[in-house]
Amino acid sequence: MADHLLEIEDLKGYYRGTFGVVYGVDGVTLTLDSGEVLGLAGESGCGKSTLAELVSATPPRTLRYEGGKIIVDGFDIYHISPEILRKEVKCKRMAYVPQASMESLNPVKKISRFLMDVMKERTGEKPKEEEVIKMAGEHFKKLGLEPWVLDRYPFELSGGMKQRVVIGISTLWNPKLLIVDEPTSALDVVSQKNMIRALLDLKQANIIESILFISHDISTLRQICDRFAVMYAGKIVETGATDEIINSPLHPYTQGLMTSIVSYEPKRRERGRYIKSIPGEHPDLRNPPPGCRFHPRCPYTMDICRSEAPPIITSERGAREVSCWLYSRGGR
Amino acid sequence: METLESFLECENLTKIYTAGLIKRKTIYGAKDVSFKIKKGEIVGLVGESGSGKTTVARMILRMIEPTSGSILINGESIFSYNIKDYYRRVQAIFQDPYSACNPFYRVDRILDKALKLIGSPPSDEKDGIIRSTLKAVMLNPDEVLGRFPHQLSGGQMQRILIARALLVGSELLVADEPTSMIDASTRAGILNLLLDLKEERRLSILFITHDIGQAQYLSDRILVMNKGEIVEEGLRDEVFYRPKHPYTKMLLASAPRLYEKWEWDQA
Repeated sequence: MADHLLEIEDLKGYYRGTFGVVYGVDGVTLTLDSGEVLGLAGESGCGKSTLAELVSATPPRTLRYEGGKIIVDGFDIYHISPEILRKEVKCKRMAYVPQASMESLNPVKKISRFLMDVMKERTGEKPKEEEVIKMAGEHFKKLGLEPWVLDRYPFELSGGMKQRVVIGISTLWNPKLLIVDEPTSALDVVSQKNMIRALLDLKQANIIESILFISHDISTLRQICDRFAVMYAGKIVETGATDEIINSPLHPYTQGLMTSIVSYEPKRRERGRYIKSIPGEHPDLRNPPPGCRFHPRCPYTMDICRSEAPPIITSERGAREVSCWLYSRGGR
Repeated sequence: METLESFLECENLTKIYTAGLIKRKTIYGAKDVSFKIKKGEIVGLVGESGSGKTTVARMILRMIEPTSGSILINGESIFSYNIKDYYRRVQAIFQDPYSACNPFYRVDRILDKALKLIGSPPSDEKDGIIRSTLKAVMLNPDEVLGRFPHQLSGGQMQRILIARALLVGSELLVADEPTSMIDASTRAGILNLLLDLKEERRLSILFITHDIGQAQYLSDRILVMNKGEIVEEGLRDEVFYRPKHPYTKMLLASAPRLYEKWEWDQA
């Protein structure tokens, strides 16, 4: 078990505030190996980003870490000093690119100046501008960015370029694990493809080892991920190899998700394929349904689903996990 | 299908944006765009961001004036219609349904306001009309009436806006990326609703998207736009299975597919 790059065990993170308690992430166990690209899929409000914020070790103020373990390359990130966290874990071992982070570039500074600020914060001493430009220029090239980007203001760049700049800055210190939250959602199809290419290039160049890719877009995840974890209402419902999840989903939620996707498939030509949506709504996590959280929307609900949370059932080879009563007691 | 009269006709639609005082820079938002939409037809307009899709939509919606060219509805220029009369025929739904209505109004008031556009029917009928329209978009009236927009999900809100468009009896719906804020699990319902409305009410829809899969699922005909120009136009299967223009080929190659991986030519 020691060679997992990221190990999450029974992680709980709740939002607490005047609105009550929101059970955002409620008992998630997940591992990510070195060299692996893991896709975290699920609809909005299911806790994908909450999970990423918890793993980033700096959750927003309303989000509380409530228990469980997160181990990043041997560091138990909630039980080490902030100084070690900042110096040893962040940027070096793990970098987190939040959703819509391309808007976090300083609008009144050129990219190179912004970079100098970041470096100063990181190293504590003021770097020379020529060095920054030389170093970052080379790094940016691997992301398909021309060096002149450094000399521009954020508003002069397109959405796809800004996103790549942000990822470029996050990977300057060669983090082993890169967590990206919806990096392609604000982009159109052509820039989406370039973005994915850039991420794969970074991995190929050994700048990063593993990626935790969070997205609601299964077709995009499919292009880059080795393994999938499907999340629903604060819990992981199914994990497995990408192809297996897509071709033979086990959990009723994943099955529903797959029939609701429209994608362009010139080689399949399934004419008249009628897509279906999953009836009902994603539950409010302030008041999650008892038992299996998917049971109000599930077509196969049994009595036990209403009262008891399903166990995690591991397939023989251990590569596939599903959390559903349908597969317990040799029902498979 | 050929015998059907065209409802909307755009001819040589051009929009030029100019910038700068001394050094004039001109940018074509749309360049010689011509197309027709028949009654009960869904036309998909696809292209990258910045290709001018929304510019075309905004011109049809009379939000910006075209530099040249004409837009005809039922054979008459859209500017010959009284503005109220025009919006009874042409309605739109956008990416963010929450920004398309007053957040301080309850759903009943939002729909009520729309009814005023056609001259309010007597109040005893009004409720029935609103309820039946909500049912037509697969919403439970008891569940949504009396709620505020922020209490409803994105999918529900988008349905309410479609209901609002139906209430006034609109014949053309301009749908600009209507599903990009909606989750995959509920998105399918919206797409199917649009298909049903086309069949049952012969609603014409201009469906604007960058998602090739959705365009293929919904549209009868496809327009591919690049840099303000329509580069390819044709029946859905023609365009998607036998693309001719290099840009269309590139666009289709970029679309993520569920069952196959991208081919990386430059790698």
